[in-house]
Amino acid sequence: MPLASSALSDPILSCTDVGYTFKTRGGRRALDAVSFSVNKGEIFGVLGPNGSGKTTLFRLLSTLVPLSEGAVRLAGFDYPGDVAEARRHFGIVFQSPSLDKKLTVAENLSTHGHLYGLHGAELRDRIDALLERFALTSRRRDAVETLSGGLQRRVEVAKSLVPQPALLILDEPSTGLDPVARRELWDYLRALRRSEGLTILMTTHFLDEAEWCDRLLVLDRGRRVALDTPEALKRAVSGTVLTLRTKTPDAASFIDRIAAEFRLTPVLRGEETLELELPAATSPEAERDLLNGLLRRYRPQIAGLELAAPSLENVFARLTGRAFDSVESADEAAPDETQNG
Amino acid sequence: MFTLTHPFLLAVGTLTRREIVRFLRQRNRVVGALATPLAFWFMIGSGVGSSFGSGTGAGKATDATAYLHYFFPGTLLLIILFTAIFSTISIIEDRREGFLQGVLAAPIPRAAFVLAKLLGGTLLAFGQCLLIYLIALNFGLPFSIPACFLFTGTVFVLGLSLTALGYLIAWPLDSTQGFHAIMNLFLMPMWFLSGALFPLAGSARWLQYLGQANPLTYGLALIRQALEPGLALPANCPPALLSGGVTLGFAALLLWAAIEITNRLSVRNP
Repeated sequence: MPLASSALSDPILSCTDVGYTFKTRGGRRALDAVSFSVNKGEIFGVLGPNGSGKTTLFRLLSTLVPLSEGAVRLAGFDYPGDVAEARRHFGIVFQSPSLDKKLTVAENLSTHGHLYGLHGAELRDRIDALLERFALTSRRRDAVETLSGGLQRRVEVAKSLVPQPALLILDEPSTGLDPVARRELWDYLRALRRSEGLTILMTTHFLDEAEWCDRLLVLDRGRRVALDTPEALKRAVSGTVLTLRTKTPDAASFIDRIAAEFRLTPVLRGEETLELELPAATSPEAERDLLNGLLRRYRPQIAGLELAAPSLENVFARLTGRAFDSVESADEAAPDETQNG
Repeated sequence: MFTLTHPFLLAVGTLTRREIVRFLRQRNRVVGALATPLAFWFMIGSGVGSSFGSGTGAGKATDATAYLHYFFPGTLLLIILFTAIFSTISIIEDRREGFLQGVLAAPIPRAAFVLAKLLGGTLLAFGQCLLIYLIALNFGLPFSIPACFLFTGTVFVLGLSLTALGYLIAWPLDSTQGFHAIMNLFLMPMWFLSGALFPLAGSARWLQYLGQANPLTYGLALIRQALEPGLALPANCPPALLSGGVTLGFAALLLWAAIEITNRLSVRNP
């Protein structure tokens, strides 16, 4: 849900021309002049396939990698000048868990609180409230290593909220979670946004997850290719999308035949999947004719036929000229060995 | 529980506590840290001592007990070394498990993390040595307050040095295998060449030089002196003042280097 325009005047996080070049690996450009701002109370997604630069962006925002190009301003504090102050204002959920598995749930939270200068009754109350909110109260004395993956992720999020951050940054929070746990995590995040006015920025390579964000920054090969609401992005891809699945992994062999017979340009999306983008002006009758035509001609070979509104996958393909999941990066790692000043 | 509410002390306190809690929750570490040196002491001490054949056992003491006596300070040094190694290996784990990321992104100076790591290892080593010291007192080790002060002070400073040394080795590494290689190549020889196993005085000239250049030689000399009746300086030991100076200087240098290396390098991720 888009926010009221009054909030737009007061971004909680703004990035201007942020760039990053790997010092090793032949000086590859990981991020190139990326600018955006995140408004208070919004769920902001950074979408991109592996190697798009989103993890590098996350590392820069989380201050683990020093900012060398561009400017970042968080809750009124600039990187790298006021970085110590800025660190007080965001909570971070890393992709690889940052919990101590030998410690209990409550111990992890209190250790984290101490690192942010919290102590005593204030910290205890805060921890109690968070455990309650995340339905972890009954597990507070359990060692983290005994919890399931979904529960550990919940503890992770609870931990990052102990210092009451204004902005929560999450790096691919759903990675490794099953669909139920993923949905549950999202319910918690939405509830937090509602009750505490928390602003959330997350990187993701799940397209369905990206649809749940208020706004999306789409990255490809280190560049910003789009920034808008998921709805607006999808409107940019006109018309409807027809997906055809074949019974045998030879979808490629249909491309030329379909192109010739139906005057469309099918795009290969996998060994068994073809995609046809129908122009916006296509009438329902024309759609019906197309479906009938395809069925008449190829029924024995067709495993599935789906007519749907464009997905973010189509948006990505349109924006970059490549399929989202075909972008296999030779180099998806983020900066790690950099010298820090 | 914490009355130390200054953010820096709070951070050091909580991270030190974590080190100790982690240690106590891993029973194999507790057993390994205590049993291994004791086993070393008895096996090497009894075995090597009885095969020396040229001991100077006075009265009814046999050669074997004389060597056990000689080897006891070396055992304590070994305990400190083992604990230091185990506690600093956990840096590599912290990085792999990701705990370190959360600490480094927190609004505390990195020195707090370093100090906590070193203090954690030091306190563990200190506790173990104290325990064994108490056992030894029970078995007739002469007690005096100055000797106790010298002993505890030396053990603490040595613990700090060795955890800092382990930290310096572990910080740039990304695998525990790498750490073991360096440990065998570097830390264990340091222990051998400190005079822990055999007096360096009677050995080859080059070994003596290496021993003199080894800072642990001086720490061990202090422990040895603290365990002698009336703080007598054992034969072939460097003077106490020199030993104290080298031990303190070594600790200060390594502590500084550990903080420096942590401030320079950013975190490495899996």
